[in-house]
Amino acid sequence: MSENWQTMVKDVCARCGNDRTRMMDIVRLVQQECGCVSGEAMDLIARQVDTHRVEVESVVSFYAFLSNRPKGKIVIRLCNDVIDEMFGARRVAQAFEQQLGIEFGQTTPDGLISLEHTPCIGMCDQAPAALVNDVVVTYLSRDKVGDIVSTLKSDPDPRKLVHKLGDGNNASELVQSMVHNNIRRKGPVIFDPLPNGEALKRCLALSPAEVIRDVKTARLRGRGGAGFPTGMKWEFARAAAGAKKFVICNADEGEPGTFKDRVLLTERADMLFEGMTIAGYAIGSDTGILYLRGEYAYLRAFLEDVLHQRRNAGLLGKAVCGKQGFDFDIRIQMGAGAYICGEETALISSCEGLRGDPKNRPPFPAQKGYLERPTIVNNVETFCCVTRILDRGPAWFAEKGSKGSPGTKLLSVCGDCKQPGVYEVLFGITLAELLKMVGAEDAKAVQVGGPSGQLVGPSDYQRTICYDDLATGGSIMVFGPNRDILPLVDKFMEFFIEETCGYCTPCRVGNVLLRQKLQEIMAGKGEAADLDYLEDLGQSIVTASRCGLGQTSANPILTSLKNFRGEYTSRLIEPEKGMKPTFDIQAAVREAAAIAGRGPAHS
Amino acid sequence: MAKPKIATTSLAGCFGCHMSILDIDERILELVELVDFDKSPIDDIKEFHHRCAVGLIEGGCANEENVRVLKDFRRHCDILISLGECAILGGIPALRNTIPLQECLDEAYLNGPSVYNPAKTIPNDPEIPLLLNKVYPCHEVVKIDYFLQGCPPRADAIWETLVALLTDKPVDLPYDLIKYD
Ligand SMILES: Cc1cc2nc3c(=O)[nH]c(=O)nc-3n(C[C@H](O)[C@H](O)[C@H](O)COP(=O)(O)O)c2cc1C
Ligand code: SF4
Ligand code: SF4
Ligand code: FES
Repeated sequence: MSENWQTMVKDVCARCGNDRTRMMDIVRLVQQECGCVSGEAMDLIARQVDTHRVEVESVVSFYAFLSNRPKGKIVIRLCNDVIDEMFGARRVAQAFEQQLGIEFGQTTPDGLISLEHTPCIGMCDQAPAALVNDVVVTYLSRDKVGDIVSTLKSDPDPRKLVHKLGDGNNASELVQSMVHNNIRRKGPVIFDPLPNGEALKRCLALSPAEVIRDVKTARLRGRGGAGFPTGMKWEFARAAAGAKKFVICNADEGEPGTFKDRVLLTERADMLFEGMTIAGYAIGSDTGILYLRGEYAYLRAFLEDVLHQRRNAGLLGKAVCGKQGFDFDIRIQMGAGAYICGEETALISSCEGLRGDPKNRPPFPAQKGYLERPTIVNNVETFCCVTRILDRGPAWFAEKGSKGSPGTKLLSVCGDCKQPGVYEVLFGITLAELLKMVGAEDAKAVQVGGPSGQLVGPSDYQRTICYDDLATGGSIMVFGPNRDILPLVDKFMEFFIEETCGYCTPCRVGNVLLRQKLQEIMAGKGEAADLDYLEDLGQSIVTASRCGLGQTSANPILTSLKNFRGEYTSRLIEPEKGMKPTFDIQAAVREAAAIAGRGPAHS
Repeated sequence: MAKPKIATTSLAGCFGCHMSILDIDERILELVELVDFDKSPIDDIKEFHHRCAVGLIEGGCANEENVRVLKDFRRHCDILISLGECAILGGIPALRNTIPLQECLDEAYLNGPSVYNPAKTIPNDPEIPLLLNKVYPCHEVVKIDYFLQGCPPRADAIWETLVALLTDKPVDLPYDLIKYD
């Protein structure tokens, strides 16, 4: 047995070319075979790829889906993010604990099942949801848990949990998933029919500079959230020195409440890969990487097959569409459960086989990215837009939407609305119009852009969704009239505390302090000065953090303080001047009083 | 005009911070020109007699008596300064914070390698203040206005701070005085 695992590890390393930059693949494969990446396995991997054990360990310890200790044969990862909790995830969690006789974080004594919590897995429109190994289980409820547990006990193959397939490609042979697309509104850019390969052929008839010119004329801006002009990014990468360049698609989709890339990957994979190929031609690259979040592993075989078919059709590979001198292919890099890896420089670190730590900028990825080579990173939807721009022309695209934000935007709407799902809308739509569309006119609050975005209330519902007003990578979470705001804010802060990479003190420590203070206020022990403290500390975190995660991590506090101040002030108390209302002398002496068998002398 | 008053106390501290106050050496003569001492171990005045401009707190809160004294300081002083690591973070006494109270007592009075206690009693006179469940830094009990770090803070830092506060100037400590590595 012990020789077996050593042969297996060596074999895995060899299959990955004994290349330490492929560490993510190596440790994922080893874990798949052995259930974990043990200390011995790390030693052996380090030897095989000629690096230090600590390099392997730093990767294994960083990602939520990797472990150095054996877990159950089946790992149930139940989403306990905001939306799922609104729809009963706690009751589901309790039912799992009762049925299995273990708590979250534990494994059943027979080694069959482990229970874990996870932040958003991109199934917010069909919450509560869980990952059972790679299999997605949606619309969970308390009474379904018994069935799930007994099914798994009789046959530990999670695929057996899928009784009814979802719509579209979710039902295809290679996906076989119960996930539903929930496409509620189709717009012209993404969902109009698209003949496969036509846009690419049109692209190849132009010069690379002309392709970039078209993307610039269309005034396309990045759909991942930050809204950087795509054409400009490509131009930098094209102009950067070096023969080897890379095109990376960011399919990490980790911002809670975002699930539109899930739908694009399921229904518009060709459009995406075509956009990446166009990008390769434009910047002079022969290699594309799709960085797919670990949560979407259920789509991997399907996506590999789409790539395979494109190769067969001459749309990928040597001399794409017969164009001599233009070779381009795409490989899939799996993530392993880390929100920070959606940040483009952290994503590059992860592709390089490292912890998902963001890098310092400059240099920007377009100058020095993946393996120090010029690299563009774009969102899934951005690449899809590129394909449409080449299909219909930049003028057609540019006249849609609003002035500063041309085109359409995919919004993934979830929470307290009648029709959660994916909506393709024109930029410039007001929040009020959107709320009407989704059946949520009575919304008390809307979180636009996920936890890193803003929490707004009815006085902001006339504002528009676009880069210059309410920007979002797609996440729209709706909270109905009876929702309490501060627990939501608390949940968002928990998310950032879990997901920080830990490099900067303001982000790693500051958010913990913010949450502590918030919880004191929620417990009725806050005073007026605490609101200034929250604002000051929040501002410091924004200013002093290195990457976008830290720079936006105080937003739940800062925007709710701005837009829902009453939720805070109504909980404040006025303590004796100079005294801390959070200090409770009775509680502090309780233990000693019990030991001593007498009451406190003072107080 | 009457001289402003200051007060000092040592809660769960080692008196090292008070030794550092005394380390201002002959400047203590200048200090008594500037201020009168009220409640303080330095003059052995046990209770407050007047309102004070500044209170210096050494040590964190380990027992109910510490809390009582600290709150008393807050009520009587315009400005409170946490003096030294123990006041600011709990310091050495706070090492017990991760260990259950009963275990701490057992180790200190029954099981410790140097303990001689044939009667196996744990002191429990009604006069002995009850311990808190953990050692609290002062700012978790009352509002603290300034923090002077160091174990102990340097005499010069204490001096500069007091003079600045008492003469109503901004406290501007040179980097050398607050650099500890
Ligand atoms: C913490 C963090 C998480 C991010 N997650 C994603 C993500 O999941 N998907 C994405 O496309 N962009 C994400 N971004 C933005 C990327 O850094 C980058 O701006 C984007 O991928 C660029 O593509 P675009 O210009 O096409 O939008 C994230 C940024 C931060 C700071
Ligand atoms: S801001 Fe936060 S996530 Fe970003 S580098 Fe710093 S610690 Fe890491
Ligand atoms: S800070 Fe240092 S010198 Fe001051 S009381 Fe604590 S241990 Fe003693
Ligand atoms: S799947 Fe749970 S919040 Fe998105």
